[in-house]
Order: sequence, then structure tokens, then C-alpha cells
Amino acid sequence: MTSLLEMRAITKEFPGVKALDNVNLTVTEGEIHAICGENGAGKSTLMKVLSGVYPAGTYDGEIHYDGKLAQFADINDSEDLGIIIIHQELALVPLLSIAENIFLGNERAKNGVMDWRETFRLTEDLLKRVGLAENPGTLIDSLGVGKQQLVEIAKALSKDVKLLILDEPTAALSEHDSQALLDLMLELKAKGVTQIIISHKLNEVRRVADSVTVIRDGSTVSSMNAHEEEITEDRIVRDMVGRDMSDRYPPRPHRAGEMLMEVEDWNVWHPEHADRQVISNASFNVRAGEVVGIAGLMGSGRTELVMSIFGKSYGKNISGSVKMHGAPVDVSTVGKSIDAGLAYVTEDRKSLGLVLEETIQKNITLANLPGVSKSGVISEGEETRVSEEYRKAMNIRTPSVFQKVMNLSGGNQQKVVLSKWLFSGPEVLILDEPTRGIDVGAKFEIYNIINDLSEQGKGVVMISSEMPELLGMCDRVYVMNEGALVGELTAAEASQEKIMSMIVTDVVDEPVSGAAE
Amino acid sequence: MDLAEKTNESAGKSLGAYLAGHLRDYGLLVALIAIMLFFQVVTDGTLLKPVNITNLFLQNSYIIIMALGMLIVIVAGHIDLSVGSVMGFVGALAAVMMVNWGWPVWLTIPACLVAGVLIGAWHGYWVAYWKIPAFIVTLAGMLVFRGLSLWLLEGQSVGPFERSFQSLSTGFIPDILGINRPNGTALLAGALAVIGIVWMGLNQRARNAKYGMDDEPTLFFVLRNVIVCGALFYVMYKLSGFRGLPNVLVSMVVLTVVYAFITENTTLGRRIYALGGNENAAKLSGIKTEKLTFLAFVNMGMLAALAGLIFAARLNTATPKAGFAVELDVIAAVFIGGASMSGGSGKIIGAVIGAFIMGVLNNGMSIMGIGIDYQQVIKGLVLLAAVFFDVYQKNKS
Repeated sequence: MTSLLEMRAITKEFPGVKALDNVNLTVTEGEIHAICGENGAGKSTLMKVLSGVYPAGTYDGEIHYDGKLAQFADINDSEDLGIIIIHQELALVPLLSIAENIFLGNERAKNGVMDWRETFRLTEDLLKRVGLAENPGTLIDSLGVGKQQLVEIAKALSKDVKLLILDEPTAALSEHDSQALLDLMLELKAKGVTQIIISHKLNEVRRVADSVTVIRDGSTVSSMNAHEEEITEDRIVRDMVGRDMSDRYPPRPHRAGEMLMEVEDWNVWHPEHADRQVISNASFNVRAGEVVGIAGLMGSGRTELVMSIFGKSYGKNISGSVKMHGAPVDVSTVGKSIDAGLAYVTEDRKSLGLVLEETIQKNITLANLPGVSKSGVISEGEETRVSEEYRKAMNIRTPSVFQKVMNLSGGNQQKVVLSKWLFSGPEVLILDEPTRGIDVGAKFEIYNIINDLSEQGKGVVMISSEMPELLGMCDRVYVMNEGALVGELTAAEASQEKIMSMIVTDVVDEPVSGAAE
Repeated sequence: MDLAEKTNESAGKSLGAYLAGHLRDYGLLVALIAIMLFFQVVTDGTLLKPVNITNLFLQNSYIIIMALGMLIVIVAGHIDLSVGSVMGFVGALAAVMMVNWGWPVWLTIPACLVAGVLIGAWHGYWVAYWKIPAFIVTLAGMLVFRGLSLWLLEGQSVGPFERSFQSLSTGFIPDILGINRPNGTALLAGALAVIGIVWMGLNQRARNAKYGMDDEPTLFFVLRNVIVCGALFYVMYKLSGFRGLPNVLVSMVVLTVVYAFITENTTLGRRIYALGGNENAAKLSGIKTEKLTFLAFVNMGMLAALAGLIFAARLNTATPKAGFAVELDVIAAVFIGGASMSGGSGKIIGAVIGAFIMGVLNNGMSIMGIGIDYQQVIKGLVLLAAVFFDVYQKNKS
């Protein structure tokens, strides 16, 4: 087999830091090549070098593409040769149609006048190829993330793609959509499209990749070929973090103290479509020192459930009761929920959890400003003392707490959000996808923090799309499907198969909402 | 990678690196001083004559007072286009109350401030609770209150006013030391201000050192304080050679100090910055975002009313054209002062300096006899240059 792409000894320096140090990457024609590495390992930088975002001359080393030395001055140069990147953050215009998005910047037009018939005909072909059954005139706005991802791929196909690069394509997708996307990747491979996938989800890597390159701290650590040796997840993880991770989930003794929070008969209706019930008769509870998981597919209503509890931040016509220590509490506003002892760590830390342009210090104190002030006047010294304390306790890697949070990595940002909520002094913490988009090392630290919380006697409710994580961390798992809690499993009983089967059988059976204790 | 870069930067804590990081803060001050020196030279010293300095304050007081409120509105992520009209309307209201209805001054002033609060509440209600973009709400307000001023005044100028009302703007603080020329109060106030600034600066440094904050090098600290205090005392000295401290200067300084304190040191201020920086995150942190937005507009209305009173008092008459297009000067001052259009950043002191830059440009060019046509062009370019500088700085880091 011939190699389509060879990146030789790529070194890229930024002022004062070597982002890439002698990286080699060889991609064989017609394969799916996975690149793994922790956040900040240099994966994105490498792809920016490849696509010409960093033009030739700003890095050392050589890129050979299709047998020729390639020197791209910008991203257009690489696209002309069929190298297309689909970024993690989708770059579609929400209020334009699928067809308009696919041919954006590449319009089918005569003398500047759009040829709509040709545009729609080509779009229909492309949509067929990616298996998306939508009208070309549909607005992007009305599509889910999974379908948007498919539109991106169709857009790439419209440009005669030879090497398709997917940067964490399934990060925001549900289990079902992820599988569909991986299938499509395999299909494209069969049609001869070489692909590079960057992913944190090692099971997906194992499923589709023909070879894997692991990058750590800006250097190539290993290259594996699935057809010559077996690629195990453990091996990849070991190469990524540079040590054995025999225990991906730190152990914790089972503690379940007194009853902390009880939610009963929780019902929520959709904020815009008043006739749609989003949550029906959900009941669950958390004891002191307990970590309780909520499993379910994306869109099953997990986030809606907890957000509607936390200050009624989601939904309409909410009914049901929340008790803390057996006594009913008022959670009608975020402020009252905080006072009642709740904290909610959002799944979307950038747009809902942090003020990115502010400093670490100002973010940490935001939910409990009275804690660092006297009669409304903030004591800067006290504020710094508090945030320094959390910086050390949570191991937030930053030169100082006066750094803006936008400069931190995902894992460190998550620690800032956790610090903010710990400082508000909660009894029950609701963690929504606490490890989404952060690397293996930081995940481990987050797990340790969760265990510490349990040891301090706090109750933790944890939502996660990664089932191994729920099974590894939780004392109990509730299973959610279509807005109802359809079952409850103890750590001993729970397994991925059981959870999945509960979700599947729920489709035929009546919902067993409010499972017995 | 970003983090690694930043780490490296702050490790080499040289003067240059510090200056690069704080170029905006110093740049504004340096720009103001440079512009003043320029006009001082080209106007043969007219700019800094005692009578002209007094005029500078009188002419710009209402802009500065409204810039305080506008800064807060812009930090909260909104805009208020109505302030010029509201200012004119309240001036007209005051005139009608005193001249046509014969109300006493002591009743007119609070009544007008209450009117301002209600107008602000009207705008704030639509923006905060109905989520109508502030641009639209206040554009409507701009038309409504311009029209209402015309209606109130029946298209005529109304005045003059009692002496006590005029003194709101054109009065001076009497010399408590009884020297009269030079004016003892002005000198004393200048001295006290210098002591206060240095004392607070030293305190802040001590606190910063204690908590290991990124602090300015001693050289800059001394230099900055010498320049600021020197300029301050110079201005006070000059004022003392004319009629002393204008009343309006005192209210301006008091308001500036109060608002700077509120925005930088109170939980209320911090929450407004968080609201502008990320409304959703602020909301989920338990901050009452709607109420804060509402209050920002109420405050703006009150300050616009105060500006209207001061403006009418200075002209000694209320005209239907009062406050026309003033909102643009106020907004420009805030952006020159470093606030960001998207909200969440900007400082009171920046807005005040921004307003002074506009004021000195106006005044200096008028003394030079530059026509209003060129004046507009130059002010427009200065605004663009200041914001370009901000964006350029941001992209570089």
C-alpha cells in the first residue's frame, strides 16, 4: 500500500513553547487513521499545520502529500488538493438551508446568479451519499447536531475530498448518532476516502481505525497498525498518559448516610411547546456520601430534569416536590436552590458555566459573593485567599488566579466550575457530564474530587453519556428514557447491557417511573 | 498551548512585558495628556487658562455624568440611545415646572430626578422583562422623548430660571479659608485629593504584594502617580486663580468616585460585569439578571435627568433642541474609554477619561477656530482609532 500523506519531523514552535517536537505521521491511502492524545498534546496544532492554517515556513519538517512535497500557504491550498477538515465546532450557518451551506463559498452559479436547480440536484445526491433523509431546503437551525455533522461531511464530499479529517466528530452526538456516523466513515472508506479521526472515545477508535498514532506532549509516542497487532484501549491510554492506568476509576468505599435530597413526582412541560411533556413523574433521591448516576441516551431528558429542579431553569408548568433532610424546600429560583443546598455543574461550561473573559478568581466567587464581602463590599484580599485555596485543593494548573479562564484547558476550566460550586457550600452537587471534552488525566482528577465530596458527606448526582464512567463511579444508577426514570440499579447489579436493555424494553413496557428504593 | 505561552510571559516580568499587558490603561491617560499638551501649544496656552479649564468642566459635565450610567448599561451588555432626548425632556420639564407652573426649585429638582427614574424604568422594563433589544427600545425612547420635549415646550424656549437653580451648574464653592484669590478651597481640595490618591495607591500596592498579585513595577507606580497628582494639582491651582471650584465639578467628582467604587468593589458591580460577560452563566450562578438589567436602565434614566437639569441650568433656558445627538458623544466616550460592545468589560475611570478626551478635542478645536465640519470628522476618526487599538491589542495577545 502506498502512503497518501507523510508528515516528517514536524516541529512547530510558538514564542517560548514547542507545541510540536519532531512529529511523524504516515497515513496510508484508503485507511482510517486515528490520532489520540490528551488535550493540549498537539493534535489540533498538527492538523493546523497539515491544512495550511499555519503556512509553510512557520514550521520545520516536511509534508509529502500524494507523492509530492506540499507547501500550503493557506487553507485554500490544502482544500484544492482534497484535504478537508471538519472541526469540532461545526461551521454551518444556522439560518441558511442545507443546500446553501453545502455550496457556501463554492456556489453553483452563472455570472453570480445562483443556479438553484443544479444546487438542489447536487445536494440531493450528496445527502443520499451520507444517508441523510432531509429536504435540501431545510434550514440547518432545525437539524440536530448529528444531522448537522452529516451535512458537514456532505459539504466535504462536494469538494472532491481525498483526505477527510474529523476532529472529535462524535463529541456532541448521542450513542445512536455516533454509531451512524462511524458506519458512514466505514462506508466512505470503502469508496476510497482516506480519513483521519481525532477522538477521545477509544472504543470508537478501536471500531473504525486501521491504524493509530498517539501523540503526547507534542511528540509521537507510538504508531500502531490494527492489521498487524491488536490495539487495546489500555495500550492507547498508557501511551497517552505515559503511565499505566490500571484503575481508571479510583475506588471509594460505599457510603450511604442519612437521606439528603428527595425529588418526588417531578413533571415538566416544554418551554415553547406547551403540550409536550418533557419529564413525567420522575422521583429520585440521594443520600449523604452517595454518588448517584443518571444514565440515558442523549435527549432522554437528563439535563432537562436537573435543570428544571435547579431554580426551575428549564421548562414550564413544573410540578412535584423537592425535600432536603425530609423537609420540603423552595427551589423556584436559582438563588433559593443554592440556599437550599443545591449546586448544578452544567454540561456546557463555556456558555453556561463560566464567564470566559473574567479571571479564575472572579469566576470562583461568582455563586457566593457574600462569602467574600461585608455589607455588599467585596474584600479583594479575602477573595484572592479563597480562590488560591481552591487553586491548590483542586490542582488548577495556572500561573495565578488572575489568569482569564479562557486561557485554561478544558480540564482546568472544569475544575474552576467545580470550585465555584464548592465555594457556594452545597450539600448536593448535580454534575452534568462532568468529564465531557476533557482528557484522561484530568478525568482522573475529577473522579478523585468526586470521591472527596463523597467522603465529606455530600450527595452527588452524576449525569454521563459514558456508561463505563457511571458504572465505575456510582453507588446507584437511575436509568432515564424519554423523560421518565425507567429503572434503578445498584452498583453491583448495574452493567451496560442491563442499562441498555432497560432503555430498550421501556419502549414496549409501561414506564416504571419512580423506581422503588 | 495558550496557557504555556502565558506562563512564559509572566515569568519574564520585565518592565516591557508589564507595559505590553497594560498598554490600554496607560495609553488612555497618555493620549489625554498628549492631546492636552498639543492644544496647549497650538492655542498659545489658551487651553489651560483658568477660565478655559473652568469652561471645560462646565461644558462637559453632563456628558461625563451620563457616561457613568452609560458605562454600566454597556457593561451589562446593552446600549441606551435615548439619553440625549431624555436629557432634553427633563430640562424642558424643569423649565415648565418652574417658569409655567411656578414650582419652587427645591421641589422641581427631586421631581425631575423621579421623572428620570421612571423613564429609565420604562426602558428597563421592556429590555429586562420582555427581552426586547435595548437598541430598539431606546431608539423608540429617543423619538418619544424628543417629541414630548417639543410638546412640553410648545416649540419655544422657556426660561430664564432663578439664581438658585442656575447655581446647580454655574455656581462655585465659596472659599472656606477666606483667601479668595487664590481660592483656598480649591487648593485644599487639590491637596487632599493628592494625599488620598497616593494613600489609596500605596494601600492597594501593599495588599497586592501580600496576595502576590500581578503588580505594576515601582517605576511605573511612581511615574503614574507623579503625573496624575501633578496634573491634578496643576488644574486645581489654575482653578483657584479664577473663581475656585465649580459646583458641577464637585458633583461630578463625587459621582465618579461613588460609581467607580460600586462597579469595582461591590457585589452589585461584580454581578453587572458577570451579567454582561455571560448572562446565562450569571443566571445559573443565582444572579438576578433581569433585575440588574432593569436597575442599570433606571440608574441611566436618573443620571440623564441630572444631566438635563445641569444642562438647562447652564444655558439658563430650555430649548427643544437641547441634548440633540448628545447620546452619540456619551456612547463614544464610553467606547474610547475601553468598554467592549459585547459587554462585560470597561471601567468608570476609562469612560470619564474618554469623555475628557472628547471634551478637550471639542474645546481645543473650537479655540483654534476649526469648523464644525472638520471637528466631526476628527472626533469620528479618534473613536475609530481608539476601538481599533483595543481590537488590535486583543488579537495580538
